[in-house]
Order: sequence, then structure tokens, then C-alpha cells
Amino acid sequence: MTRAFAPGLTTALTAVALAGFTGAAAAGPGPDEDQLVINGEIEIVTEAEAPAHMEYVDTVYSGWRFRSDETQAVQMDDFDNPAMIWVENAMEDWETVEGAAGESCASCHGDVEELRGVRAVYPKWNEEAGEVRTLEMQINDCRETRMEAEPWKYSGGDMINMTALIASVSRGMPVNVAIDGPAQSTWEQGQELYYTRFGQLELSCANCHEDNYGMMIRADHLSQGQINGFPTYRLKNTKLNSVHARFRGCIRDTRAHTFAEGSPEFVALELYVASRGNGLSVEGPSVRN
Amino acid sequence: MADGVKPRVKVPKTAAAGEAITIKTLISHKMESGQRKDGDGNTIPRSIINRFVVDFNGENVIDVTLEPAISTNPYFEFEATVPESGEFTFKWFDDDGSVYEETKAVEVG
Amino acid sequence: MTLTRRHTLLAGMAAATAALLPLRAVASVDEAIAEFTGGADLGSEGITLTAPEIAENGNTVPIEVAAPGATAIMLLAAGNPNPDVGTFNFGPLAASQRASTRIRLAGTQDVIAIAKMADGSFARASQEVKVTIGGCGG
Repeated sequence: MTRAFAPGLTTALTAVALAGFTGAAAAGPGPDEDQLVINGEIEIVTEAEAPAHMEYVDTVYSGWRFRSDETQAVQMDDFDNPAMIWVENAMEDWETVEGAAGESCASCHGDVEELRGVRAVYPKWNEEAGEVRTLEMQINDCRETRMEAEPWKYSGGDMINMTALIASVSRGMPVNVAIDGPAQSTWEQGQELYYTRFGQLELSCANCHEDNYGMMIRADHLSQGQINGFPTYRLKNTKLNSVHARFRGCIRDTRAHTFAEGSPEFVALELYVASRGNGLSVEGPSVRN
Repeated sequence: MADGVKPRVKVPKTAAAGEAITIKTLISHKMESGQRKDGDGNTIPRSIINRFVVDFNGENVIDVTLEPAISTNPYFEFEATVPESGEFTFKWFDDDGSVYEETKAVEVG
Repeated sequence: MTLTRRHTLLAGMAAATAALLPLRAVASVDEAIAEFTGGADLGSEGITLTAPEIAENGNTVPIEVAAPGATAIMLLAAGNPNPDVGTFNFGPLAASQRASTRIRLAGTQDVIAIAKMADGSFARASQEVKVTIGGCGG
């Protein structure tokens, strides 16, 4: 697609804002060279050749590579990672029978390990429904159709815990979402959104996470905005954060009205952003600042 | 008792007599500092874990006083000597009077 | 320039803030130390405080203190609204007088650790931790 380039003034201002105040930060430009191994055994690919569809980036990096050593360390051991508290809670939900059908997740799926690999390929085209589905949509479909239970709120506590559990059993596997075939039009819609400037600040995802990753945005080290580590435990709010909640935060920060979590726009954007991380390992639940 | 409080501890299952072992503990707790205000500008009252005590077979390992400056989901790492087989007890004391307890047995081989 | 009421108010507030806040904080750090040490002299040997030079987020700053032979180590954050952070009291089955935790820092400031040694002496270590303000509220 054609890239929408900025009017000159906005570009200049953005560049100053992003690059200006690097003095106080220890992190240099770009990602660091650290290697991520979780629990001394799960090797995580945090750097990979960019997928062929990416025109402006050669190498993709996990957000882990942009964080300080102290933040990185918290993710390297499941005990140190506070997100695992909620993974344990989700284990209980996994076994809990709910709804009119008298089923739990475990009734159909058995051990959660059976879902190893699932996180890596979502969002994914669902033939029957004729739509691209996020993991959250699929979980709620299970709840409503199979369990005959109430759906969970899209980014509610139960839901995010369950996505953390399901991600955790795929850690180390390469993200590999399909972008062709029936998913292609959704993917293209997501790409369009990625390069669309939003809000009073007129910023697109690309302005920060493609044009300026590795730079400092005030005191924050800008990552590529990869989502292979989601859901992520943020030191900032000391809880698990979903992809869509993060999208919402970013768009809000451009001073725009944002899309809703679970909206078709965010589903499309998630598919596109996930595809920018094809080749990186599933890392969730990760730890970020 | 505050909502969603869940203690976790990591202790090796076995040790040599007299060996120093590393213990890690984490408890999910908001640690409401008493410094924050809600949407209406009212101060949210302090609600924290104020003390954490670890004993082994009734003898003390560490006794920690916590203030509101300890982060959400309090985390501690420290070392204990295990003289014989027995049991660690971990106790977290909440401002609201609740005590959360966890125990872990260690076998000395 | 013309001194408007608004200017006067602002200037007054700035002066009050500048004058009161640091003094109050410093005073209570001194008080906390005095309460812990009973006014004893502070050495600087035998205690190690490990903290990041720059914390990515002030909500969760990893800190480690170690003071071989200490019976207790008190932690203070000099720039917090309440400088008390916590005190580690080591029992007979502590294999070392070392502990790590995660603390909250309201901004760039000195973190202070005071160890009470078995012989009744005290030692002090401190380190400045810069707390960064994120680029995005995201």
C-alpha cells in the first residue's frame, strides 16, 4: 500500500518530541543485545528477520529487548513474574464447570497443554463464522456455544487471565498468523489502520513504532509495538493488560476517540500487528514497564 | 480480608542439613498506600500488608515490617538455614486483621 | 511586570512548596533514622544496597540490601511522602543478612539503608535512583 506521509511541520515536531530528551536515559538507541530464556529452559526468539510483507523494517524485535535489565529479569522466572498469579487463577477456571451444558474448558480440551500452539496462530479465520476471530472471541464462543455459559467481558479479569494461561503454554513457539486467503481483507483493513494518523496529535501506530522505535519518547524507550508478549503485566498498573486495552491507550494518547475493545477495527489491527511479529516467539504473559 | 489475596512461595523440597536455601515469596495484594484519591477526590484509605514473618520449626528466619512504599503484590527473596527436616510457615498480616498463611515442608536428606 | 493576584498566589504557592516539602521530608528521614539508631553514629562499612541507577517505573523498583552480621536493616526512601519503606529483622535461621524486595518511589530520590549490627553499631548506605516519567500514558 501507499504510505501516507506527514505534512512537514508535524513530522519535524514529532521527530523533536521523540528524539529530543535522550540525555537522562541509560538505554542507547535501538534494542539491547540480551537473550531471553524463561525458567532457564524456554528459549524465546526476541529478534527475527522481518516478515516479507513489511516494507520498511528489516528486523523485528520483541518489546522485551527495549526494557531495562531489571524489568527484563522479572520475566525470566515464572515465580518472579507476577502475571503467573493470574495464570494460576485461570487454571482453576479451566477446570470449573459453568453453564447449562455442564462443561468446563477441561471437559473438551483436557489438559491446557493440549492448546499449545493456539496462541501462535491467533487471530485466525473461522470458516463457520465467516470472520477473523481473536483468542478472546474464540473463548467466548466456547463459553456460549459449548458451555452455554455467559460470555466474559472482552478485557475483563477472567478473560485476560485465561488468555494468559493459553499464551503461557505456547511460549517459545513462533508467532505465525495467516494473512492470506479469507483473512486477507481483514489484514488489509488492519494495515490501513496501522498507517492512519489519529487524534489531535496526528499520530499513526507507524509514527512511533516503525519510524522511531529504539528512540526515547521523553524517558520511555520506544519498542516496535509488537504484541507477541501479550497479555502483559505492566509495572505501571501492576496488572495484566490485553492487546486491545493497549491499543486503546495508544490511540487515546494521540488525543483521539478510540475504538472499543473487541471492535472489528481492533480485531483487524490485532491481526495486522500480530503478523508484524511472525517469527518472534509467543512470550505472554510478559512483563513490561 | 482483602479481595483476591493469594500467597505464593518457592522453597526447595529437599536440602542438606545446615544448607542455605533461597526462598522467594509473592502475595497478590493491592497495597493501597493511603496516598491515592478516588474519582471524587476522596482519599482511598490505606490497606496494606504490614508484617511478614517466616519461621522454620518454630524458629524465626525473617520478620519484615512493611510500609505503604512496598509495591503492589509484595515480593521478597531471602536465604534460610535448614538444620533438620521440618516445615516453613509464612504469615502475612493485613491491616484489616486478616492473616494469610502458607506452609512448606523441607526434607533434609 | 504587573503583579496580579494570580501571580502572587502562584509565587506564594511555589515558595511554600519549595520551603516546606523538602524540609519536612528531610526532617522525617532524620527522625526515622534517629528512632532506629537511638542517635548512634553511622558507619559506612559492611552494608550493601543494590538498586537500579534508573528505574523504568517508580511503581516497582527492585532493591536488595545485604549487611553480613546485621540483626536488622531499615529501608527509607527520602523523597516519598512517607519515607518509611520497611525493616528486615533477621532471625537465628536466616542464612544471610540479605533480602530483596520491590518498592515504590514517587520520583527521583535517594534510597537509604541502615543496618543494625549484632555489636550494636550501625552502618548506612544510600543510592540515588532516577525514576523516569513515561512518554505515554498508554
